[in-house]
Amino acid sequence: MNYFNFPLEDVTNDFVNNWLLPNFSGFFDEISVILRSFVDSVTNVLIATPAEVIALIFVLLAWWISGKGVAFFAVIGFLFIGSIDLWDESMQTLAIVIVSTVISIIFGVPVGILSATNSIIDKIVRPVLDFMQTLPIFVYLIPSILLFGLGGVPAVIATFVFAAPPAVRMTSLGIKQVPEEVVEASRAYGSTPKQLLLKVQLPLAMPTIMAGVNQTIMLALSMAVVASMIGAPGLGSTVLTGISQVNVGLGLTGGLAIVVLAILLDRITQGITKKV
Amino acid sequence: MNKIEVKNLTKIFGSHPQQGLKRMNNGETKEEILKKTGMTVGVSQANFSVKPGEIFVIMGLSGSGKSTLIRLVNRLIDSTSGEVYIDGEDITQMNKNKLIETRRKKLAMVFQKFGLLPHRTVLNNVAYGLELQGINKQEREERAEKTIADVGLKGYESSYPSQLSGGMQQRVGLARALTNDSDILLMDEAFSALDPIIRKEMQDELIRLQNKLEKTVLFITHDLDEALKLGDRIAIMKDGEIVQIGTPEEILENPANDYVSSFVKDVDRSKVLDASVVMKKPEVLVTYKDGLRVAVRKMEDVGASSIFVVDKEKNFKGLLTIDDAIRAYKEGIPMEDVLVDNVSITSSDTLLNDLVGIAAEAKYPIAVVDEGKLSGIVSRVSILSGLVLGKEREEETE
Repeated sequence: MNYFNFPLEDVTNDFVNNWLLPNFSGFFDEISVILRSFVDSVTNVLIATPAEVIALIFVLLAWWISGKGVAFFAVIGFLFIGSIDLWDESMQTLAIVIVSTVISIIFGVPVGILSATNSIIDKIVRPVLDFMQTLPIFVYLIPSILLFGLGGVPAVIATFVFAAPPAVRMTSLGIKQVPEEVVEASRAYGSTPKQLLLKVQLPLAMPTIMAGVNQTIMLALSMAVVASMIGAPGLGSTVLTGISQVNVGLGLTGGLAIVVLAILLDRITQGITKKV
Repeated sequence: MNKIEVKNLTKIFGSHPQQGLKRMNNGETKEEILKKTGMTVGVSQANFSVKPGEIFVIMGLSGSGKSTLIRLVNRLIDSTSGEVYIDGEDITQMNKNKLIETRRKKLAMVFQKFGLLPHRTVLNNVAYGLELQGINKQEREERAEKTIADVGLKGYESSYPSQLSGGMQQRVGLARALTNDSDILLMDEAFSALDPIIRKEMQDELIRLQNKLEKTVLFITHDLDEALKLGDRIAIMKDGEIVQIGTPEEILENPANDYVSSFVKDVDRSKVLDASVVMKKPEVLVTYKDGLRVAVRKMEDVGASSIFVVDKEKNFKGLLTIDDAIRAYKEGIPMEDVLVDNVSITSSDTLLNDLVGIAAEAKYPIAVVDEGKLSGIVSRVSILSGLVLGKEREEETE
């Protein structure tokens, strides 16, 4: 089948090493610095705050948004994480999840809005999202390390690539699902495109957008172990250590802590979805 | 000046509408255009105008292009060619800001499926148009509360649309349209989604509000009875073209083609047409101030044996016969004292069916009086001719 010799490997390496890195390393360094300070400050706040305070905030939040059951689960969950001595690791993982989710929303929601309202942008965005979701994670871990070094920053980038698509897709879906007559009514009364977006489309799309955010958070958590492979601290690295030492118990504690965080974040964000 | 004037308005849906337009101008039919290019002619060369204060109904079956047509009027859909003048200004040529301004100030729309904002209360839905204009909260809520009361929804201000029945939701839609204070109401199948009793109620409500507010209404419907009931004039649409424009009477009497007559043949005219359809506009009237001399001359001019008397505001006073007028003039009796006392009075929404009974007893033309004002005159001939024609049609169909 080798009719045309297509040296994709060489071309790519040549592109990255001889063009991208020399010309844009400064740019990537800047992004790296900004992201690092973002990740570090969130991590520092989470770790510096007494565990009891954070646990209390989460329990109250869970109670207010999702009710007694989830609040009870939060109490048990945090007691569990504290008791297996993985509090700091959990906070490090949580920090990366928070930062990647925030970045995913900052990029994802506007792109989703644009692709809902502009069919050309939609045609471009769709295959890009497919690519982001299906390309094996390790394929873009390599360039992330090359461009951003080791640690939390490439982890955030890789997590963003994997977790942002649902935010885009669900935003777009939510806006497209706003009933045509409601949009027509708003236009008929003389709304500007901005008024239409802020007063009609976004409020009505909000439950769907929140469902997208919920998915983004879940996917970001599921990246925790992979992120640790490129040096991100947290529960992922606990699991990795467990694997490399064939330490079943250590692997399980790290894994269960991730599950606890996942369930808690899922229930709280689902509660928000129902509230809006 | 006409409130709305539509000239040669055409809409072709598809990838290259201008090509389709060229084909249409070269005389190709819609079917040919659809077959050759895959493009649909939604509205083809529509021409009509709506006068101030008129209810103009566009009637057609689904797919006839009537919903497209009304959306071309406020440019929710951009036209392919033609002009739409709103108060003399062509909306198809307006820039974005001017278009938004025109929609805000001059055009209000009521939708078949209501188009209410589900996340807002009744009050905030009704005030929405004013909110878009940037009017402050207090003023817009005051105005909204007033129209909510006008449409009979007082007490529901803080309910959400989903808590209301269909009829009440459409009242909210109507209130939203009225709050904007625009002269023109566009009503797209506004009552079609309601069940028959509520629909009739809303039709009466519209007529009541129309009498009070004198809006210019462009009303879309697929229901002939509704068209006949509401319309001052009706345009009948088929396959994107307007096939006939006329008053309900004209459409019943002289259907322009087989399509229209197939529509109207089953109408029981006596139960559909009301006095307002058969009545004549009272053109020759006298006031007390005119005096008996003028009254006699006016009657002689038109060859009538009696004349209606009104005051300056057209409030109905009575009927004066020529004999009484001459007698009174000679004897110096004031006009007030010689008016005929047993003149028959009816209102403009009395159906022909009921009018027959009144006409049988009446010696003089029947005065159509609404809220004290003389709005028309019904002669026996016009009622009977309507009914006879209706009977003939029934025999044909049997």
